[in-house]
Amino acid sequence: MITITPKKEFTVPIQAECINADTFTGKTIEEIKKLTITEGKETITLNDAFNITEDKTTKTPNITLTGDFSKVKRIGQGMKTGEIIINGNAGMHTGEKLSGGKIIINGNAGGWTGCEMKKGTIEIHGNSGDYTASTYRGTSTGMKGGSIIIDGNVGTNVGCYLQGGIIKIKGSAGRYLGYHMSDGAIYVEKNCASRAGAFMTGGKIIINGTIELMMPTFTIDSIKPKVKIDATQNAHGPFYVFLGDIAEHGTGKIFALKTTNPTLATYETFL
Amino acid sequence: MTEILIKNGFVFDPINKIDGQKMDIAIKNGKIVEKVNEKDAKIVDALGLTVMAGGVDIHSHIAGSEVNLGRMLRPDDHVKDVVKKTAITRSGTGYSIPSTYVTGYRYSKMGYTTVMNPSMAAMKAKHAHEELNDIPLIDKGSFTLLGDWWFALENIAKGNIEECARHIAWMIRATRSYAIKIVNPGGLESWGYGRNVHSLNDQVPNFNLTPRDIITGLAKVNTMLNMPHTIHLHTNNLGVPGNYKTAIESMQALEGLYKDDKPVGHITHIQFCSFAGDSWAHFKSGADEIANYLNAHNHMTVDIGQVTFADTTTMTADGPFEFSLYELGGHNKWVNSDVETESSGGIIPFTFKRKNAVNAIQWSIGLELSLLIKDPWKLFMTTDHPNGGPFYHYPRVFAWLYSRKAREATLKNCNKKAQRKSLLPTIDREYSLYELAIITRAGTAKSLGLKNKGHLGVGAEADVAIYDINPETTDIAKDYKPVRKAFGHAIYTIKDGEIVVKDQEIVNVRPGRTMWLDVQTKEPYRINEEMKRKFKEYWTVEFDNYPVTDHYIKVPEKINIEASV
Repeated sequence: MITITPKKEFTVPIQAECINADTFTGKTIEEIKKLTITEGKETITLNDAFNITEDKTTKTPNITLTGDFSKVKRIGQGMKTGEIIINGNAGMHTGEKLSGGKIIINGNAGGWTGCEMKKGTIEIHGNSGDYTASTYRGTSTGMKGGSIIIDGNVGTNVGCYLQGGIIKIKGSAGRYLGYHMSDGAIYVEKNCASRAGAFMTGGKIIINGTIELMMPTFTIDSIKPKVKIDATQNAHGPFYVFLGDIAEHGTGKIFALKTTNPTLATYETFL
Repeated sequence: MTEILIKNGFVFDPINKIDGQKMDIAIKNGKIVEKVNEKDAKIVDALGLTVMAGGVDIHSHIAGSEVNLGRMLRPDDHVKDVVKKTAITRSGTGYSIPSTYVTGYRYSKMGYTTVMNPSMAAMKAKHAHEELNDIPLIDKGSFTLLGDWWFALENIAKGNIEECARHIAWMIRATRSYAIKIVNPGGLESWGYGRNVHSLNDQVPNFNLTPRDIITGLAKVNTMLNMPHTIHLHTNNLGVPGNYKTAIESMQALEGLYKDDKPVGHITHIQFCSFAGDSWAHFKSGADEIANYLNAHNHMTVDIGQVTFADTTTMTADGPFEFSLYELGGHNKWVNSDVETESSGGIIPFTFKRKNAVNAIQWSIGLELSLLIKDPWKLFMTTDHPNGGPFYHYPRVFAWLYSRKAREATLKNCNKKAQRKSLLPTIDREYSLYELAIITRAGTAKSLGLKNKGHLGVGAEADVAIYDINPETTDIAKDYKPVRKAFGHAIYTIKDGEIVVKDQEIVNVRPGRTMWLDVQTKEPYRINEEMKRKFKEYWTVEFDNYPVTDHYIKVPEKINIEASV
């Protein structure tokens, strides 16, 4: 196990895609120390910014980061196997394009965490930023598989262009949740801001709290007693089931809990 | 300036009828000369290498409002191709719409030294020139969109061709342009009313004329003004199945104007207007018909607009065409813009896929045309960058042309239906290096009327490309891969007598020139009050601020033309 701690408080962003179990594998501690990162516009070595120690007795997790990493971007980017634990806040793009392995963040995560990921797991025991599990700007291919579990709240545009996999949010979600999603599932345990599911063409969004505003381009389909979140977990309702986004000829589903959404009762007349 | 002697290369110079002879090329003061003093000159050893004139691209969207809108639309395009700075080159991004500097570097690395920017809305000319200024290492020129220019249409409708010619001469100067570009004549004006024209004989709204009148009228104007290039035509019905008939009709409309063995028209990206069949389901190639027509007539030249199977960004002034592409392509993000009274524009990201029947047939059409049109001086190589594919995919297209084996390798991965419909298995022709030199530099320079470019004769500009291809020891058709690589990475590129690329790397960055025509009519064009009134009423730019002034062009090359009106 490699342990990394910051040598100082960073004032400018650090791009550190090399902090990655795949890159570290097969390298000696001296080689790891010489890996290059950028601090602002300067190229430096990992050793310049961090204290790096090795514990040969422990194999898992492969890397432990301790301290404030909120200015350190791209930790675990494109990782295929292995495990990273971050004891502190993580910066933007953590676990971007993840295609296997596991990242655990014991703190808050920045924007674009798990963006365009394909496989693997990210656990965030804190809040997560905007565009979590979404897509790079302008791209129409988002997260394709794997799972992201967030204990806290998330920002806006979470799960945008989602094409597969599962996002579980134990707090509340910001606006544009599941924007343009075509498959996969998003579960929100608490409340959800407006415009959830805008442009969605498939997949499902389950809201266990209050939805601020149901898009007018969604139509009520039925009321269901329970809904499957993933293979291991069901959510118990009853739920209003909405279909949409009709403006995109979509067949996505939004499940909104009946008891917490009395404003949606008017839709019952259309059933 | 340095003197350079390129020694012992295999020279391919079709204009001077040199076909792979081993000879020396001497350069002094930026020009090709008879000889230089070997002791003082810098010797470039080209033993076992191929020497050609610098490439001349006749049609590539490298600058202007539509290109920049494309850049803004596609951050996803930039992220997959990030170019780092070096000691002498600047950073940038690529893929389908490279940033200005990267455009210059990449062209230069392929041995190209002149590129024509084929679509410049008059109103956006200042923007286009500012971007062209930032493209280093290549000479450039722009074609102004004049096919739907109100004042031209009015004059043509009145039958007042001479007045129209004087006006166009003024426009060419006011926009600092090199040629007349016509895009979907009449269609762009109709698009302002949500309509399009569907044949050469449809009426253009509010003007008493048809697309046929516009094409022939502007071709006459072009001849009267003694323009170095012909009219540069993007036909009506582009991208519509069955449109090969429209392309042939457009060429027939110009037959009567042909004289003195000089072509009178150039149809650009002809691949996109060689579609047969009555719908997308029955889509097939019309290459045979187009090629037969061009083999029997000499008044036209064309460029291919080859599809290279890439995730690219389509962009054209043909707004109605882009709208139909948006409907076809599954509602991707897009731009459709109206350039006030002048033109329209559309941009849509589009991926040409091997497994898509229509895309694969389009790929086949481009190659069929290139191989079936017998005279290489009539057909030039382009991908209509970025519409068919980015310009740095040219070496792939070369390989498909000079190697049957390369074509077969790609065809077998294509859609099965497209494979059955393709004419390629029946065609044996393979381009020689001599023919490749014609379709990439000699022919294009001739068509553009660039007398000092595209060849290596004494007096020509010292724009030279040297590739790692030994025609004596290599069978290019068989070993197509190393040759393809060599065309993508020139060993040397020499621009104006200075070595700018050495061993595939940029070693010297210098600005390229912007060529523009100063067409002098016998009687100068008089700006009348009516024109000023129209500008005040319909344009957002004041007439006085409209023309491009000299300070917009960093390194201008003014070409004086005496018109015959």
